[in-house]
Amino acid sequence: MGMAAVVVSFFSLLPLVFVAWVTIQAGWATVSLLVFRPRVADLLLNTTALIVLTVPVCAGLAVALAWLTERTDLAGARVWAWVCVAPLAVPAFVQSYAWISLVPAFHGLFAGVTVSVLAYLPFLYLPVAATLRQMDPALEDVAASLGHGPWRVFRRVVVPQLRLAILGGSLLVALHLLAEYGLYAMIRFDTFATAIVEQFQTAFDGPAANMLASVLVVCCLLLLLLEGGVRGRARYARVGSGTPSRSRTVALGRYAPGAAVLLAATALLSIGVPMLTLGRWLLVGGRDVWRMGEILGALWQTLAFALAGGLLATLAAFPVAWIAVRHPGRFQRFLEGCNYIAGALPGVAVALALVMVTVRVALPLYQTVFTILVAYAIIFLPRALVSLRAAIAQTPVELEQAAGSLGHSPFGVMRVITLRLAAPGAAASLALVGLGIFNELTATQMLAPSGTQTLAMRFWDLSGELDYAAAAPYAVIMVAASLPLTWLLHVQARRRSGR
Amino acid sequence: MKFAITALAGAALLAGLAIAPAASFAQSGIKPSADGIVVYNAQHQSLAKEWADAFTTETGIKVTLRNGGDTQLGNQIVQEGAASPADVFLTENSPAMALVEKAKLFAPLPEDVLAEVPAQYRPANGTWIGIAARATVLAYDKTKLKEADLPKSLLDLALPAWKGRWGAAPGGADFHAIVAALLELKGEKETAAWLKAMKENAVPFKSNSIALKAVNDGQVPTAIIYHYYFVGDQAKTGENSRNVALHYFKNGDPGAFVSISGGGVLASSKHKEEAVAFLKWIAGKGGQAVLRTGTSYEYAVGVGAPSNDRLVPLTELGAPKVEPSALDSKKVMELMLAAGIL
Repeated sequence: MGMAAVVVSFFSLLPLVFVAWVTIQAGWATVSLLVFRPRVADLLLNTTALIVLTVPVCAGLAVALAWLTERTDLAGARVWAWVCVAPLAVPAFVQSYAWISLVPAFHGLFAGVTVSVLAYLPFLYLPVAATLRQMDPALEDVAASLGHGPWRVFRRVVVPQLRLAILGGSLLVALHLLAEYGLYAMIRFDTFATAIVEQFQTAFDGPAANMLASVLVVCCLLLLLLEGGVRGRARYARVGSGTPSRSRTVALGRYAPGAAVLLAATALLSIGVPMLTLGRWLLVGGRDVWRMGEILGALWQTLAFALAGGLLATLAAFPVAWIAVRHPGRFQRFLEGCNYIAGALPGVAVALALVMVTVRVALPLYQTVFTILVAYAIIFLPRALVSLRAAIAQTPVELEQAAGSLGHSPFGVMRVITLRLAAPGAAASLALVGLGIFNELTATQMLAPSGTQTLAMRFWDLSGELDYAAAAPYAVIMVAASLPLTWLLHVQARRRSGR
Repeated sequence: MKFAITALAGAALLAGLAIAPAASFAQSGIKPSADGIVVYNAQHQSLAKEWADAFTTETGIKVTLRNGGDTQLGNQIVQEGAASPADVFLTENSPAMALVEKAKLFAPLPEDVLAEVPAQYRPANGTWIGIAARATVLAYDKTKLKEADLPKSLLDLALPAWKGRWGAAPGGADFHAIVAALLELKGEKETAAWLKAMKENAVPFKSNSIALKAVNDGQVPTAIIYHYYFVGDQAKTGENSRNVALHYFKNGDPGAFVSISGGGVLASSKHKEEAVAFLKWIAGKGGQAVLRTGTSYEYAVGVGAPSNDRLVPLTELGAPKVEPSALDSKKVMELMLAAGIL
């Protein structure tokens, strides 16, 4: 098991190591020529501005919406809570497509920030709302009894408890901002990811693209460090769980209409716009755009990739998750760190590295299904790990010991006890990874075997030719496929906190 | 441990089997092989697909397309070298063909294939041929500008008067080809200066069609594109070009450059007979007829092959004379990188 975990970590770090190696090989002169140039400064400025503007807006909005839906007497709060999560079902580049076809002149930083906030808001809303629900209102009562007003209580008691959720969510959003290609390419906002793809499209695996990827990787590592630093070691837990009382709901009173408007506006922009544009294009396109042969072909191929990639990622995550739960220690923490970093790398950097590895040193694997599946497994490993770890942790080790004492071999124990009890976690992992693959664009474009046409690729090609009507069916299928899982996430988040 | 590794390998293998395309059943033509040919295609997907489908129907030879940009696929073939899975390479412009030609990766073409295309639409050395052509134009907003307001030469767009007033798709191979022609006609110094001015003056767009749409929507008054984006949109709904007209520079100006789309057979191809047959078909009657009757609106270049009626005839474009295989994409990349455009 330990060996397998090492193998998985090796694979997931391989791209990073290779990029570093090529950078060193290129020599300082080339590196400085390609890194210290105005274009890179432009990109750095754009990317930084995007993160600095998007993340706080996203966080502020998420806290406000979560507070309104969880802690107030807002009418229809349960429905609104779902509405806040629902944008998760709309792939970021579909969100962008909806806006650009509605407002053709929409572009640049402002557009980038707007669409990013709308697309990634659920990443912050989900953890913040979950934390708000679980929070013990006793602390707030104590603060209030000490003479603090409602605002002060919110600022001094509630916000600090939300810190971890906000930081974690912000990190996730920031990493997505660094990695996303389709969203920004469509609204003409240049980031590292778009520039790397552009370089790839002109020079294949030329040095300029690799240097940009190196800078992007450094940006990711900086974000991880920053989040780790800011998170600190403060303790937010209580000794003994006790039974938290139900938090009281705040009466909105005369603010109720304002709150409703805020929620309605967010929903209108994040779900209304995509639904409106998709509906309009479907109407314009009529029956002609449903070329079923092509659509079904792409759907079948996408499903096959999603299933196979989901299986591979889940299998790869199993040993790592098992070790993390059963044998925690320094070695395990090191492995976990490796996978964490690899998981934070943008898909475009992983894909570029895999192109380079396969074309230069592993030619038989070049442009094969195997390579694209490995890429998927690396990119989506964190999703699989999260699901599996929780499931294995809930499997009582005593049952494994009992099975062992009854004469089962270690593998027998694994088969009879661990794998069976962890099956729901494996299913969740399969679904989460599968959904990621379903909507994946860049890595698929760069690595997939000749002749591959996934839904995302077809959508991208058609919308690139400005055939928005013909692209609409593909977008609709991607959204429809993502909806059940989004719903499941929403329900699970609520159930976990006991409602 | 072993279990996990075997399981990993097993899953990957299983997935590979599940996705591997089923072998096609060929019917006629020159004994079609089971795998057919792989075409690295940088031409418009819809056009290439039309060609491939018609060719397959006629000959039973299976064609798998790998789509990408000119320079991407050109560089990819060079990087892959003798191990390239590609049998045929089709581009939108000549520089990427010149790139592969320079790496000596093309197989020389038989006389009967070369004879399909007049000499001015293929390089002198016979390693590849033209399969279509496209004309550089300045698309302009006819609600704001009159013919008289337009620049006389592509070079005029470097003047301060045009600051922020023209668009282009500098990331695409089409524009690289235009710059390559400029480089060939005017030399490195003048091209570098023009690109530097371009960084100041031009509004960059992701693609030609988006640049055209931007002119139509009044975001930018003019844009350097190829003719068929406009013609194609006019033929469809005109939705993205209602306010647009085309300006042809003519007079041998670099801005009147006619770019030749190329096709070649890779020396490393394991299905050369089929690959050559495909290329001959594209350059011959069948393929060129698709250009005339289809929705690509690119120029036909085959011997005696007429182009679509909607197009200004090739002979009236006043294009400058440029040897297609002299177009240097590598140098263009360097210059554009140095100008901060890429």
